[in-house]
Amino acid sequence: MTEGMRFAVGDRLAPLTKPPVTRTQLVMYSGASGDFNPIHTVESFAQEAGLGGVIAHGMLTMAFVGQMLTDLLGECGELETFGIRFIDMVRPDDIITCEGIVTEVEEDADGQIVACDIWAKKTPSGEKVVQGTARFRTFR
Amino acid sequence: MDVDMGDFLPLVGVWSKPVKNEVEKGAIRKFAQAIGDGNPLYHDEEAATKSRYGRLVAPPTFSRTFDYGQIPHLVLPVAGLIHGEQSYVFHRPILAGDVLYASQGLVDVKERSGKLGRMIILVFSYKVENEAGDLVQTSTSTVIYRPEGDNRHD
Repeated sequence: MTEGMRFAVGDRLAPLTKPPVTRTQLVMYSGASGDFNPIHTVESFAQEAGLGGVIAHGMLTMAFVGQMLTDLLGECGELETFGIRFIDMVRPDDIITCEGIVTEVEEDADGQIVACDIWAKKTPSGEKVVQGTARFRTFR
Repeated sequence: MDVDMGDFLPLVGVWSKPVKNEVEKGAIRKFAQAIGDGNPLYHDEEAATKSRYGRLVAPPTFSRTFDYGQIPHLVLPVAGLIHGEQSYVFHRPILAGDVLYASQGLVDVKERSGKLGRMIILVFSYKVENEAGDLVQTSTSTVIYRPEGDNRHD
């Protein structure tokens, strides 16, 4: 990112489309996060739980949205708040695209404080899987 | 398992004892790899050293990996929990080598009835502090439990 990154209300954040979610990724995320709930990794367990198969950790999708924000900011800004609501389940082979739009901008001596709406959706259906808000600051 | 509001109400405001968590390089890299994020600040020590952080940086949701301790007497149902919401307030970056203290508390319980039956909504707060006692990160997690509902999870 170049120095002096500036935002205005209505700006679209650079979207991030992730590769399809894989079962291996769910196993890796279980190991890395310590969330070993078998609904994410054991097909028969997820079927019996009435889920129709394994589902991704909600926090994996949140991490995708986090990556969109940190990719955007690089070292020219810092995330202050980040919150989402989980709307729908994500499954292996789903392709997730993260997007956002700037809703408020405040100027101060160090740079800008930027609030935005953020979400993730399935591609190409467009069904939203998470929706929330984030605030970050940028440095001059 | 029969669970109702009465099981949780007495625990509102109860916190776990803070647990020491050491932020390891390997744990950051494994987490970043699992989420498919190749950001050099998470993987490449040389890049991280040259950055304004000086050390490998943890991704925003990395604190999910921490041990927050046990809230005394809290027993959660094993099935039927849905992760409803998650939010973070970042006070300081989390860097490789940090020694942090993490705790969690139950901060609210609500009951709602809707089309899908009875829902118990549990709100947990998480606190991460450094060795000096400075706040590093706080987060809130809303978990929905449907005593009679299906078993959809987050």
